[in-house]
Amino acid sequence: MSRITSYIKTFALWELLKGLSVTMRNFFRKSVTLEYPEEKTPQSSRFRGLHALRRYPNGEERCIACKLCEAVCPALAITIESDVSQDGTRRTTRYDIDLFKCIYCGFCEEACPVDAIVETRLHEYHMEAPGENIMTKDKLLAVGEKYDAMISADKAADAKYR
Amino acid sequence: MSDDIVNIEVDGKPVEGRRGQMVIEVTDNVGTYVPRFCYHEKLSIAANCRMCLVDIEGAPKPIPACAQPIAEGMKIFTKSPRAIAAQRATMEFLLINHPLDCPICDQGGECELQDLAMGYGRDISRYNDGKRVVKDKDIGPLVSTDMTRCIHCTRCVRFGEEIQGNPQLGTTERGENVKISTYVEQNVDHEMSANIIDLCPVGALNNKPYRYSARAWEMTQHATVSPHDCVGSNLYAHVLRGTVKRIVPRENESINESWIADRDRFSYEAIYSEDRLQTPRIKESGSWREISWTDALAKAAETLTEAVGEKAGFIASPAATVEESHLLARLATHLGSNNIDHRVDRRDVSDQGSDPVFYGLGCELDEIEKQSAVLVVGSNIRNEAPIIAHRLRKTALNGGQVSFANASEYEFYFDVANYASGAGLVELLAGIAVAAKADSDAIAELIEGVSPTDVQSHIAEALQEGDESLVLLGCIAARHAASSAVRALAHAISNATNSKLGFVTAGPNSAGASLAGVLPHRVAGGQMRSKAGLGVAEMLEAKLDALVLVNVEPDADISATTDATGKLARQDYVIALTPFVSDALLEAADLLLPIGTFAESAGTYVNAAGTWQSFGGVATPVGEARPCWKVLRVLGNLTEARGFDYVSSDDVLAEIQSELGTAAAGSYSAAGKATKPNGADAPADEIDTPLYSVDGLVRRANALQCTLSARRAAGEGNS
Repeated sequence: MSRITSYIKTFALWELLKGLSVTMRNFFRKSVTLEYPEEKTPQSSRFRGLHALRRYPNGEERCIACKLCEAVCPALAITIESDVSQDGTRRTTRYDIDLFKCIYCGFCEEACPVDAIVETRLHEYHMEAPGENIMTKDKLLAVGEKYDAMISADKAADAKYR
Repeated sequence: MSDDIVNIEVDGKPVEGRRGQMVIEVTDNVGTYVPRFCYHEKLSIAANCRMCLVDIEGAPKPIPACAQPIAEGMKIFTKSPRAIAAQRATMEFLLINHPLDCPICDQGGECELQDLAMGYGRDISRYNDGKRVVKDKDIGPLVSTDMTRCIHCTRCVRFGEEIQGNPQLGTTERGENVKISTYVEQNVDHEMSANIIDLCPVGALNNKPYRYSARAWEMTQHATVSPHDCVGSNLYAHVLRGTVKRIVPRENESINESWIADRDRFSYEAIYSEDRLQTPRIKESGSWREISWTDALAKAAETLTEAVGEKAGFIASPAATVEESHLLARLATHLGSNNIDHRVDRRDVSDQGSDPVFYGLGCELDEIEKQSAVLVVGSNIRNEAPIIAHRLRKTALNGGQVSFANASEYEFYFDVANYASGAGLVELLAGIAVAAKADSDAIAELIEGVSPTDVQSHIAEALQEGDESLVLLGCIAARHAASSAVRALAHAISNATNSKLGFVTAGPNSAGASLAGVLPHRVAGGQMRSKAGLGVAEMLEAKLDALVLVNVEPDADISATTDATGKLARQDYVIALTPFVSDALLEAADLLLPIGTFAESAGTYVNAAGTWQSFGGVATPVGEARPCWKVLRVLGNLTEARGFDYVSSDDVLAEIQSELGTAAAGSYSAAGKATKPNGADAPADEIDTPLYSVDGLVRRANALQCTLSARRAAGEGNS
């Protein structure tokens, strides 16, 4: 009996129809793919992308050169040099993150006692020349200034879980 | 002695201790850690931090382990619930007023309070009121203060009273308002003051030049040896990415205990001073230009080869290592010259035939404090060797009679038994020699017709009566214009009073240089040369074809003769191997080769007690500077000397050690007759090098030059 059924199904292209039915079902469903970069998926406020150094609202640098991020960094991507600043406080004279070494684990952000180093949601960046992979202190502060509103909002959104 | 043994029990284990020991000493001996802040084994017991509270059976309350002497059958519980509760409560009180600024505190990562707070602190503070804030003091250029962090353990106060001998820090007010400060606003000024940085268990007193420049955990620690005095204090250099960030003491009970002098700690600043010579330079028709190492070495080798024989001279600093001294001596021998010397500060070399193999202390460093009488001759010992001054202070505290014979009065922070002063050293010693009934041919002319003063008689008496006594000649005596007479007299006194005779020498390796044969009249190991060459002063007077200076700055370092710069400038060709460039060198030299400082090259120093101490290079050399022994090796190769194919400084060391065998210090022998100084004994003629001018390194260490001592020496007021 089963042999006869199988024989009929073979000539009726049953398997093909079965496959096509999946295609037809999805043909009328809502599409899940996005037209990147015109369209983008939603991001978590905890997304770990490009780094930034933040300032206080009065413009003072947050970073106090405690070097905890440098110590915790598992990829040894952070290099800091510190000294006494003109106003007698502890400040960095150099703060470099090597983006090629960084594994975007977010430990630096976790270790920071003053919320100075953060990983922003930015993930669309590129380098064109050798050396551009080093995010210097100036570049990091510039990112922080430019995206201050976004970083503050993300921090606020996450605050209640901390 | 069985009475002295006390049997106690620590955490259920039977333990033996000595009568009179405190509980914390016994627990430390058996490796049971009791938390503490104010207790320090080198300081007296204060028992004011209350962190070491332990539970003792039968006691109504927990008792501080640091202040409780042990008693037979005592049962101590260091980790019982009651002890732990007491310790945690103490910690909570300490943290009430301690700021939470660990991220910016330089002590962070090596802080005793931080460490213990991990074990005994609460997660969350229960204290919500205002914290105490204390105004910071300015106590000088070496130590930074953040007095809000202070937990009033008073270690710094006790250090001032007990180790320095001149208390400058103290506590004012009481209860919660207690403050550590200098009573009157002033700088802390002592040659060992910066040890309070290590003593402070929190970040209240910290290293000022190092401030905020690195963290404890990121630096690597390398053992090294102090290059400033004949003690050879053991140091650790803390290095970050090839740069020395700070120096801390390395404990060595027989040399420096756990202290170091301030200049040992801060002289590293000079390594990165602007005066560092970065590349070889050559003087051509009066103007300097930079050249490559290859050309510079070729030029140096060519000059030396042409100057072969008696027309070449070599002057090394007593700061040159054994390896450098050995290579220089070999190079001189290869070139056929006996004109080699390291005694840059010795004006009178007429008695060099009597020299011991090297001038040493005559005893171990830790034997100084066991002497019953010491006579220090011609020495401002606090400047020359702060650690020996500290040892002498211990001698005085132990009941020994420490006397001085100095032309000038210097300040010492202990009871000086007798201070003979006001005349030249020869005159003073002649009096003491007469009082001690020293009678030998060598000094007959000097003591003729001398009658001792009371002070001189007391000194002789003390030396004679002491079981263990020591006559110690300092650097001022060595620089004395008639030092041969001083040495002859001191030798006669030590013989007559049955005392040991010791010498405090300038530079860290005067002993090593003598052993290696950097002397015009001796070869390595102390054998006499068949024909003595020229000493420092004679070389400068003579007109040589080539003169090599190793780590010597004319005028500042050379006191064997006056106007060294001018005399060097008149030499045909001067090759200076130097880490620093100075105006005097630019005037005197014709070729400058940059060499590494003590931190940048491996080497060995032999201290005054004859202890050989090797160390490795710890920092990356600045600019194109190279370790001096490598430069000398290449010079040897280029002048076609045999056997100059060492691979490492260890090879050089092994060679000199096998050559020397068991050469010992030997002793001073009074050979010829000492003659009257003929006016060379004037007190005004004596040379005392200020504390922070002893060598090129300290002269260029910024923080040290800002201290009161340095400013006073430079004649700038006393504020």
